[in-house]
Amino acid sequence: MVEVSNKMTVMPGLRKIYGRPQSLKDVRTHYCPGCGHGIIHRLLCEVIDELDIQGRTIGVSPVGCSVFAFDYINIDFADSLHGRAPAVATGIKRSQPDKIVFTYQGDGDLAAIGLAEIVHAAVRSEKITTIFVNNANYGMTGGQMAPTTLIGQKTTTTPFGRDHRECGYPLRIAELLATVEGVVYLCREAVDTSARVIQAKKSIKTAFERQMAGDGFSLVEILSPCPSGWGMPPIKAREWLRENMMPQYKLGKFKDTREG
Amino acid sequence: MAAIMAGCRKYFAYPITPQNEIPEYMAAHMPEVGGVFLQAESELAAINMVYGAAAAGERAMTSTSGPGYSLMLEGISGIARAELPVVLVLVMRGGPGIGSLENAQLDYFSATKGGGHGGYRNIVLAASSVQELFDLTQLAFELADYYRVLVMLLVDGILGQIMEPIEIMPFSNGKTRSLPAKTWALTGTGRQRPQNIISTMLMREDETYQWHQRMAVKYQKIQAEEVRYDSYCLEDARIAVVAYGMTSRVAETAIDECREQGLPVGLIRPISLFPFPYQFISQYTHRIEGFLVTEVSMGQMVEDVRLAVNGRSEVSFVGRGGGLLSHQEITRGIRELWLKLATK
Repeated sequence: MVEVSNKMTVMPGLRKIYGRPQSLKDVRTHYCPGCGHGIIHRLLCEVIDELDIQGRTIGVSPVGCSVFAFDYINIDFADSLHGRAPAVATGIKRSQPDKIVFTYQGDGDLAAIGLAEIVHAAVRSEKITTIFVNNANYGMTGGQMAPTTLIGQKTTTTPFGRDHRECGYPLRIAELLATVEGVVYLCREAVDTSARVIQAKKSIKTAFERQMAGDGFSLVEILSPCPSGWGMPPIKAREWLRENMMPQYKLGKFKDTREG
Repeated sequence: MAAIMAGCRKYFAYPITPQNEIPEYMAAHMPEVGGVFLQAESELAAINMVYGAAAAGERAMTSTSGPGYSLMLEGISGIARAELPVVLVLVMRGGPGIGSLENAQLDYFSATKGGGHGGYRNIVLAASSVQELFDLTQLAFELADYYRVLVMLLVDGILGQIMEPIEIMPFSNGKTRSLPAKTWALTGTGRQRPQNIISTMLMREDETYQWHQRMAVKYQKIQAEEVRYDSYCLEDARIAVVAYGMTSRVAETAIDECREQGLPVGLIRPISLFPFPYQFISQYTHRIEGFLVTEVSMGQMVEDVRLAVNGRSEVSFVGRGGGLLSHQEITRGIRELWLKLATK
């Protein structure tokens, strides 16, 4: 595949209509082939560029595969301890209220160890945005069971498949947070097809716009393939996401206070 | 009040006895100065909010007690790694676990020897009066900004609860330090500068080694320049009581009592527990034959005194696991040490 780079020279007579967003650094990522993080980073950076907020956006990435997000996204960044990004983002936003502050969290991070922090950031309606990447396992630590792991799904800590009698049922974060009054915008997207990638970008942009308007807490959950964690090739992983994750985690808008 | 005078505008905490007077004061008075008081959902969240505010360049603070402090250790370790200036007030209570609400000095080890994971140091200051606590709180913000470290005010439960008249004045320690500009803070690049990154990771090749090398230099500088202590009746003393915090005031009563009976006894009161005044104590070992360490614990600071004395004088200990040490207990300890030295 040809790498699209800002350094690319455009030949005479041709017009550049698609390139790397300015906020996205021109470096290779550490993500596995077929991983959704690269796409989601790109969407995020396109939104930052389109809203023209690169110079006043601050990101927080907690423990997980995306903890190195600051290597790829060219804005001020803090990493955070496992699950605590919403608390860290709260401290930043309360100190820099005119900045746009977001957290970028995985499902092990947000739905397990950081559940209290995300719920209470939503309860307080912190004027931050959370990008919640749900790939139904702990990717960075080697594919262990997460609260979002599906029933029967094999992980390194559920080698015989998740059994609800032992490990309970998958946790639906968007549905859970939809009950919280402080949430102003909440939806679940996926990045398995081009159409859904475009839809995911729209939602990320809306979530940021709600923050910029001072409305309150916004969150976009994104179903994302993890071929390495799931032990399958990238294309198969996209099919698996559609066939297994989507029935459990319905796509769509769960809350939008502007629509009443 | 001292924190607000020192320019603290961001305070995050979770309710826990015996320190609720601080968040209640902050809730009432932070709005007056345009500051932020925020009650967090847990001490975990509170310390990480402080991490965020400090990362954004603000003078930020939290306060807690034993069980909350244990939860905060995760964030304290991260703050140490990220070298963020933070002030933390730890009002000690009794015992491990939920423990008790009794007065105690049981968190000395945890406060001064790291507490959390990874090999770091915090500056730890212990006051013996409300006035001194007021002054040290202001100093704490200065030291935190100057060294980019967490400064902890280690407060006896009883000091956290008493009322004393104080003189409300901006603190001056005679030093005029120019504090470094916070060019590292997360304020948005404004597209004017390269990105700032506040990180608690050391994942790059050799980064762990390099970080510890750099911290060793910083901690040595703190040990060379920030040792603080006080003394009482030490000029002709042959026995020295070593005590910090409120226990030192009880010790002063015991010393007065023993002096009346002709015993040459004085007091050494460490104010900075890290850096510990090893040298100040060690220089007296030629004259002071016995050190009596007294703490509301079963013996924690006594280990640092033993290191300072290094076998050159007798070191004995009087303590209790919680509650209040009486001056009679300390007087008895002084007498026993005196007899032991006399029969040696």
